[in-house]
Amino acid sequence: MSAPQSHWTNRSFPEAAKELLADSQIRRNVRHATDVIQAKRNRVVGELPDWEALREAGSAIRAHALEHLDEYLVEFERNCTRAGGTVHWARDAAEANRIILGLIQRHQAKEVIKIKTMTSEEIGLNRHLEANGVRPHETDLAELIVQLGHDKPSHFVVPALHKNRQQVREIFQREMHLPELGDKPEDLCAAARAYLREKYLRIKVAVSGANFLVAENGAVCIVESEGNGRMCLTLPDVLISLVGIEKVLPRFRDLEVVLQTLPRSATGERMNPYNSIWTGVHEGDGPKEFHVVLLDNGRSPILADGEARQTLKCIRCAACLNACPVYHQTGGHAYESAYPGPIGAILTPQLHSMEQGRTLPYASSLCGACYEVCPVKINIPEVLIHLRGKVVEQDQKTLGGKLGVWNVGMQAAAFVMSSAQRFTLAQHMGQLAQKIFVSKSGFIERLPFMLSGWTQTRDLKALPQQSFRDWWAERESNGGDATGAAKESRDAK
Amino acid sequence: MRISLFITCYNDTLFPETGKSVVRVLERLGHTVEFRKEQTCCGQMHWNTGYLHEAVPIIRHFVGVYRDAETVVAPSSSCVSMMRDHYLKAAEMAGDAKLAADVEALLPRVYEFTELLVKRLGVEDVGATFPHKVTLHTSCHSQRSLHLGDIPVRLLNKVRGLELLSIENPQECCGFGGTFSIKNADVSSAMLAEKVRTVLNTGAEVCTAVDNSCLMHIYGSLHRQRTLVRTAHIAEILASTGGQA
Repeated sequence: MSAPQSHWTNRSFPEAAKELLADSQIRRNVRHATDVIQAKRNRVVGELPDWEALREAGSAIRAHALEHLDEYLVEFERNCTRAGGTVHWARDAAEANRIILGLIQRHQAKEVIKIKTMTSEEIGLNRHLEANGVRPHETDLAELIVQLGHDKPSHFVVPALHKNRQQVREIFQREMHLPELGDKPEDLCAAARAYLREKYLRIKVAVSGANFLVAENGAVCIVESEGNGRMCLTLPDVLISLVGIEKVLPRFRDLEVVLQTLPRSATGERMNPYNSIWTGVHEGDGPKEFHVVLLDNGRSPILADGEARQTLKCIRCAACLNACPVYHQTGGHAYESAYPGPIGAILTPQLHSMEQGRTLPYASSLCGACYEVCPVKINIPEVLIHLRGKVVEQDQKTLGGKLGVWNVGMQAAAFVMSSAQRFTLAQHMGQLAQKIFVSKSGFIERLPFMLSGWTQTRDLKALPQQSFRDWWAERESNGGDATGAAKESRDAK
Repeated sequence: MRISLFITCYNDTLFPETGKSVVRVLERLGHTVEFRKEQTCCGQMHWNTGYLHEAVPIIRHFVGVYRDAETVVAPSSSCVSMMRDHYLKAAEMAGDAKLAADVEALLPRVYEFTELLVKRLGVEDVGATFPHKVTLHTSCHSQRSLHLGDIPVRLLNKVRGLELLSIENPQECCGFGGTFSIKNADVSSAMLAEKVRTVLNTGAEVCTAVDNSCLMHIYGSLHRQRTLVRTAHIAEILASTGGQA
C-alpha cells in the first residue's frame, strides 16, 4: 500500500466535516453548484427512454473489463506499443512519480503543462515534481483556480466548485497580477486564456490523465468542456498519460455506451464539447513521443475483493457527489482525498489504507441516492457496509477496540435482540432508567457520552410506559378482539 | 387474511401507537392480526454499522419466528429493505444454506404496511378521516429500496378531510441514517436542519412518513425548536376516524 499523501491530512471525517460545516461560504457555493448540475443532469437523463438500459450496459461492460483486466491491459499495451506509444507499469505512487519525473528530466524540461488528471492528485505528482525542480502548470480552468489559490480540489469533475466568481477573481487578480480584472465570466475566461496560451506554446512536455483506454486498438480517450485539454494533448512534443489500470474498455464500440452516460451524468451535457481519442504517435500530427503510465497503487487488492470489486467500475462522473446529501453539506474537503463524496468514501479507504480512511465508510446515511444515479450501477451503500464490516473486524482485533463503547454496546444489543425475554426485560429497564434524563416536557434533552451527539440539536421522545407488546398482552388477557382493540387504540394524536 | 405483525424493535419500544393503528386498520378491513411474542428486531442496526456477524443471530431469530407465517407486515420501510437488500447476503456470509433457503421462501410474504394495503390487499380507501394539513416525508428506503412510488400518496389522497401539501426536495434524506446520526452528529444535524426548514415551509400541521425512524429524527428538531408541527406515522392517520387533532 502506498503512503498517505502529505497534503491531505489524516483528520477523521467527523472532525474535518465539523470545520467545513462552519464555513457558510463554502456551503452556499457547494449547494448552489450541485443543485445546478443535478438539475441539468436530471433533465438530460430524463430525455433518454433507454437510460436504464444504458446503465445496465455500462455496468456490464465495466464488470466484464474488470473480470478480464489482466488480458485487456496486455492487449492495450500491445496495441499502444504497435502504434508508437510506450507503456510503463507503476506498482504504486512512488514508482509512478519516479517514472514521470524521469521522462520529464530526459527531455531537460523544467516546466510541464497538465490536464485532466485527478490520478496525479492521488499520487501527489505536483509535490514530487516541485521538489525536483519541475514546475507543473494546471490547464483545466478549475484545476488552475485550485492551483493558483494554493487550494485542494473539492470535486473531481468540477474541482473548484467550492469557489464562487468573486473568489476566482481575487485569486486571478493576485496570482496573475491583474488588479483591474472584473468578475464577469468573460473577464475571467479571457484572463485564463491569455495566461494559459503562452504556456501551451512554450512548454514541450504535457502530463494528462485519461477517461478510458481501449484494449483492441490501444486508443486513449479524454472528454472535456474547455478545449484546454485538446491544446495539451496536441501541441507539446511529449505527452505522458497517467492512467489507473481499471480504466480499460475492451472494444472501441464500448465507448458508444459510456460516452452517452458519462457527459450526461457528469455535467448534464448530452455530449462533451471536446472528445479526444488518439492512438500512439503520428508523423507531423501531435506529440512526437507518447507514454502511458499504468498505475496500480492499491487497485489490485480491490479487484481481489469480490464484494468491493464493483468500486473499480467507476467512470468518475461524480454524479454521486452531486446527489449526496452529506456532500451537499460538507463539500469535498471533508473527505481528505482526491476522491471525495460517496465514491471517495469507498475508494479512498481501499486505495490508501483503512487506517487513513476508517471513518469514511461511515460518512453516509446510506440513503441510496448515489446508487440511484450511478451510470454503471455501483451499489455504493452495499460496499460502504462491507467496508464498515472490515473496520469493525480490525477494531475487534485490538483490546481497546474490544472494550470500546461501540463494541460493548453492539455486543450487548445483539445479545438482547436475539431473545424476546431479554428484549422485553431491556424495555422495562429502559422505561425505569430513562427517568433521570426525561425533562418536564416529557422529552430527553440531554444524553451522556456518545449519545450526546443526538441531543446537541435534537430532543428524544421518552419511552412510553407501555410497550406495544405489553399492550398486546393486556389486550389478549382481556380476551381482546377487534372491538376491544378499537376502543383501546386512540386516534392519531 | 391472517396477517402477522412484525412491529419492529423501535416501534415496539417507542411508538406503540403506530402498532395499535396498524392493528386497527387491518381489523377494520376484516383481517385477522396476530402478534408473535418471540419477535425482536430485524438486525439492521448491527448490519448497517458494520457488526455483520453480530447481525446473523438476530436475522436467524426473525426468520425462525416467521418461517410459517402466511403474511407478515411491518410498519417500517427501512426494516423491510434490510430484509430484501441484505438477508440473503448475510446468510451467504454465514455459510448457512438452510437460512438462505428460508429467507428466499419467507421474504415474498413480507410487506411494508402501505405496500400490503395497496399492492397485496388492493385497498386505497381505508375509511379514514383526518381533517388536517399534512405533508409527506418520502423516506429513503421507501423510495430507493422498496420503490413504493406514489403508494403512500394514493392512500393519503383517500383520507377524508386531509389536505396533502407538497414539500421541496422530497427525495432528500433527513440525515437520520441510524448510528450515522450519532457517529456524524454534526453532518446529520445539518441535513436535518434543511429537512425541517422544508417541512416548516409547507405550512403543514402534521408531517407523516412510512418510517418512524425519520419522524423521530424530524420531530426531535421540531420539538427542540418548540414548533407546533407534529409528526405521525401514516398508520396513525389511516387509523383515524374521529379526526381529533
